[in-house]
Amino acid sequence: MRPVLYVLTFLAVMGLAFWAYRENYATQQALKDVSALNREIATLRESLSVQRAEWAYLNRPDRLRELAALNFDRLGLLPLEAAQFGSAAQVSYPPDPLQVVTPQDLRPGDISGEVGEPL
Amino acid sequence: MIRTPLRPLARILDARAKGENPDSIERENRRIRHEAMRDKARNRAEGRLLLLGLSFFLAFSVIGARMGLLASTQPMEPRAAASGAEILNQRADITDRSGRILATNLLTHSLYAHPQDMVDPARVARELAAIFPELNEEDLAKRFTDGRRFLWIRKKLSPEQMQQVHDIGDPGLLFGPREMRLYPNGRLAAHVLGGTSFGAEGVHSAEVIGTAGIEKALDTRLRDPAAAGEPLQLSIDLTVQAAITEVLGAGMKMMNAKGATAILMEAHSGEILALASLPDFDPNDRPAPLVDRNADPGDSPLFNRAVQGVYELGSTFKIFTVAQAMELGLVNAQTIVDANAPMRWGRFLIKEFKNHNYGPLLSVTDVIVKSSNVGVARLALQIGGLRQQAFLKSLGFFDPTPVELVEAPYARPLVPAKWPEITTITTSYGHGLAASPMHLAAAYGTIANGGITVKPTLLHQNDRPQGPRAMRPEVARDSLSMLRQVVTRGTASYGDVEGYEVAGKTGTADKPNPRGGYYHDKVVNPFASIFPASDPRYVLIVTLDEPVETSGPEPRRTAGYTAVPVAAEIIRRTAPLLGLRPKVEAPPVDRITAVRN
Repeated sequence: MRPVLYVLTFLAVMGLAFWAYRENYATQQALKDVSALNREIATLRESLSVQRAEWAYLNRPDRLRELAALNFDRLGLLPLEAAQFGSAAQVSYPPDPLQVVTPQDLRPGDISGEVGEPL
Repeated sequence: MIRTPLRPLARILDARAKGENPDSIERENRRIRHEAMRDKARNRAEGRLLLLGLSFFLAFSVIGARMGLLASTQPMEPRAAASGAEILNQRADITDRSGRILATNLLTHSLYAHPQDMVDPARVARELAAIFPELNEEDLAKRFTDGRRFLWIRKKLSPEQMQQVHDIGDPGLLFGPREMRLYPNGRLAAHVLGGTSFGAEGVHSAEVIGTAGIEKALDTRLRDPAAAGEPLQLSIDLTVQAAITEVLGAGMKMMNAKGATAILMEAHSGEILALASLPDFDPNDRPAPLVDRNADPGDSPLFNRAVQGVYELGSTFKIFTVAQAMELGLVNAQTIVDANAPMRWGRFLIKEFKNHNYGPLLSVTDVIVKSSNVGVARLALQIGGLRQQAFLKSLGFFDPTPVELVEAPYARPLVPAKWPEITTITTSYGHGLAASPMHLAAAYGTIANGGITVKPTLLHQNDRPQGPRAMRPEVARDSLSMLRQVVTRGTASYGDVEGYEVAGKTGTADKPNPRGGYYHDKVVNPFASIFPASDPRYVLIVTLDEPVETSGPEPRRTAGYTAVPVAAEIIRRTAPLLGLRPKVEAPPVDRITAVRN
């Protein structure tokens, strides 16, 4: 009985050692991945801030005003005026939709003409 | 253990035979036994002490070794800790009230040199001088060869310049990363933002510190690493600011003014939506301050007229006198007062504009509508100097404005040291006490806010505590209706913007001559307005510095002809942008047709 116990203990030690070895390297790899990702996040963040700055620069009111003036013939943009405010009540209701006519509604003699001719 | 007997029989018998005392043998043996016991105990104690000492020594050497190890290793962030907290060591962005960027950071590079590593200093100097026109070739070559080991060449490089320097290809030229403050909107809101410069500089980084405006006033907040990443949200609205700056610039040119300023403030919260001061500057390339001590600071574009421009504000003050008289119950809007001009007070003569006489009797409303100096002077005498001071103090005219700009605390209103009755009279119509347009905005904000004082601020916040009450709501309402009548039938008739019920008061103040007295052809024209009068939402202050309107036969310098039209145009442009619905008669329904369903 005793030798079996010894062998089992030895195997367990070997197994645990192998596991610890693997865990160690897996941890180091995970740390490397994390720092690589962090570096990537930092560069992305930086380029994001650069792009935000560029977006703000391209959207500066002076430039937009000049562009609106340059493209006036196409866009016709003018400063907003008080007269442009409307209320929902001023918009007229849409005209009643055309009545949908299905063949079942038709009585003989309603239509004269050939099939395929517009109604 | 075998114990030696204390009285061994052999020796006792022997001693007895010799006639000695056998007890001495016992004593002797007892002594020997005690000595042996003592030695044993001492040995054991010494062993224990040694063990204890050894373990202490080991423990301390472990601690010492660990300390040495920690001290000698490179500091390193714990890598496993996720850096999701975004602790970025950079200055926070500044945005407007809807999150559009007003100031941000951009990574650029600085250029420095290690002359000892240079292959050909003369060539490097020549090529650098070709790239950067402001560098001098001989000067650079001399500095490269005089034995120094480190040399700054430029603080900021554009990417193109950096590439050109790369192309020189000399190992002695090195780049260091630099965070640069960028104001993408250029001159817009320059006086609010102020500017930045580099503080402590190293090769790998440099401190960016605020030099003026909100950048300096809130420098600690902007540099706080705990708050970095979270932008500072101002109350400024970029669109409104752009529109106001454009209209104000055009108005300043048309009225031949030296400078102009406009403040648009929310009446209830005191949040400043736009603050423009012209002439302005580009905060990306901040000009140097004036060196000449005697120069008028107002000549520098850095001068923020809205906050630092402390001038007598003229007739815009009259409404405060009237409001106080109503608050004290001395008069109401219809009370008739004596306004017979000119009025003699001691050796002073109080006259009206161009020696008119609006009197002899005027109602309080007409005193404001016609802007009668004599009328308000009579009211001020009824109020008395002490109460007048207390009221103006409650409106904030005795202290610097609390607005978050570094210039604000230094712009103290000029308050007369003594307050004789003539000061009471002149202050009642805005002479003798000088304050900034920002003070005026805060005080008109109080009227617009139903009598509760407002604190002008540049920070956007959702709920803020209510200020103390300066006048009753009825008084504020009556004052507002008087201001409305100034526009409908008084001195500010050009200010009537259709649909927006503008209420306001003009002012015209002669500029003080530094050599004493006043100029006769240099005026400051403020126009303080509130709109819409039926439900006051916004306060607009427009001030023109030395304007003159020359379309008529003689030059006109009253605010009604200069500041008022500019303010009206500003309201016409910005009110729709603010989403303010005009109160106009709707066009007939048949003019609006749905083009698409």
